[in-house]
Amino acid sequence: MAGLGSSSSEMDLDRLNIEEYLTVESIRESPRKLHLRDLLDISPTLKEAAGAIVDDSFTRCFKSNPPEPWNWNVYLFPLWCLGVVIRYGILFPLRVTILAAGWIAFFSAFLPVHFLLGDHNKLRQKVERKLVEMICSVFVASWTGVIKYHGPRPSIRPQQVFVANHTSMIDFIILEQMTAFAVIMQKHPGWVGFIQKTILESVGCIWFNRTESKDREIVARKLREHTQGVDKNPVLIFPEGTCVNNHYTVMFKKGAFELGCAVCPVAIKYNKIFVDAFWNSKKQSFTMHLVQLMTSWAVVCDVWYLEPQYIRPGETPIEFAERVRDMISIRAGLKKVPWDGYLKYFRPSPKLIERKQQIFAESVLQRLEEK
Amino acid sequence: MGNTSSMLTQYDIEELQEHCNHAFSQQEIVSLYHRFCQLDRNGSGFIPGDEFLSVPEFAVNPLSQRLLRMLDGLNFKEFVAFLSAFSPRTSLQHKIEFIFRVYDFDSNGRVTFDDILCGLRDLTGSFISEQQRQKVLTRVLEEAGYTKDSSLVLSDFMKILGNSDLKMEVEVPID
Repeated sequence: MAGLGSSSSEMDLDRLNIEEYLTVESIRESPRKLHLRDLLDISPTLKEAAGAIVDDSFTRCFKSNPPEPWNWNVYLFPLWCLGVVIRYGILFPLRVTILAAGWIAFFSAFLPVHFLLGDHNKLRQKVERKLVEMICSVFVASWTGVIKYHGPRPSIRPQQVFVANHTSMIDFIILEQMTAFAVIMQKHPGWVGFIQKTILESVGCIWFNRTESKDREIVARKLREHTQGVDKNPVLIFPEGTCVNNHYTVMFKKGAFELGCAVCPVAIKYNKIFVDAFWNSKKQSFTMHLVQLMTSWAVVCDVWYLEPQYIRPGETPIEFAERVRDMISIRAGLKKVPWDGYLKYFRPSPKLIERKQQIFAESVLQRLEEK
Repeated sequence: MGNTSSMLTQYDIEELQEHCNHAFSQQEIVSLYHRFCQLDRNGSGFIPGDEFLSVPEFAVNPLSQRLLRMLDGLNFKEFVAFLSAFSPRTSLQHKIEFIFRVYDFDSNGRVTFDDILCGLRDLTGSFISEQQRQKVLTRVLEEAGYTKDSSLVLSDFMKILGNSDLKMEVEVPID
């Protein structure tokens, strides 16, 4: 297991809870005398292994579904071609122009405000907040986002965090155009990283690197400070920690659920009629993802702001996280799987194997003692 | 991208069915082929062990390392043959043969005390001491009429496991 062990040490902070999520499966019931047959019969374990080879719920979470072309007959084909010409030849350049104009307008207002007004100026904060919301609306317009928001709009007040399921970085843009959230997100390279550092920091966003355990502590501390603040922008967390294809939800990281403040679930469901909004970051850069969205007819999406939840007496943060995950999954029609999304980047810890070994060992010992 | 199923012709599929004693329907074979291509990310024609371990449900299996030795470097035909042991259409005999092969690490056609002990070690890890493991195994072997020094052949496995209902059926998803 050398390969498995190497990466696990730094991930232990989050690993701690994966075992608590996995339920104990069939511990062999009725204790009876142990026969050679029982020792040699490894079929349940083999079955599990083969099942995972044939199909596994983890890979399914990150499978992108390419849109079905509908050019399959002689009448539809010219129409489809016309569509391609319109989408790439007219819509795309138009959208690029809109985006460029948006950025010019944004910077010509943002830069003077940012550098001329003092650090804790109320006016500056307000203007910057509005400008970030504005540029996000420009982004949404650049893919003709048709977004329906359900439920009450979030308000600015202390002691609350918003948690949402995560499909693509555009989740953030879609939510941000309505309310300037302070988001907690992975640090990105390139132009996205540049925007993160310069602009989004002004609305209180916090960036971290998934692989740095030190970063995680800093984030936890900043998060606590931020939620106590009175006029800070509301915090938004994507507790899955990675993009999932909007058919499943993976395990929630418990960080957001142990702050002791109100957790406001947000469910996001994309309609795949024109384009798959899942960002498969291993296959595609974010720029290419945006181009894909900008050459489609529209991005159709529903957003539900659900009722704020509080941790119940006697409930652990993990149980609380699961309860909120249930709410989001049901509302958005997603299936729950018991996996940590970080397994995309790391191998599962040997602890999970040990758990299975323990179950088997106990059943062997138990039956031996009864003799 | 592209339509990968087009690469399997009717002849290919029939040949594969022949090869695995019709354990899978034609649709199931196409499904398995998609899965094979998904795991064979470089398109090299076989799946490197590392790729199997990137499937967490497989990686957390106590027997994963043992199975990996059987799986490493299989082409699609061998991959189908490997999985055919898990088809509902496969005979009990074939399934027991498969279990035998899992135990028979050096594939010399004999499973010794040490072979079984080794398998037991994978399954129980550090939760049973080595002495306990040996004690348990010696005892159950003797009860079944064998000794510590006897080595089991396939027909012994048939006798031992022949009456039990093995839970070794895996459904191939068809989409």
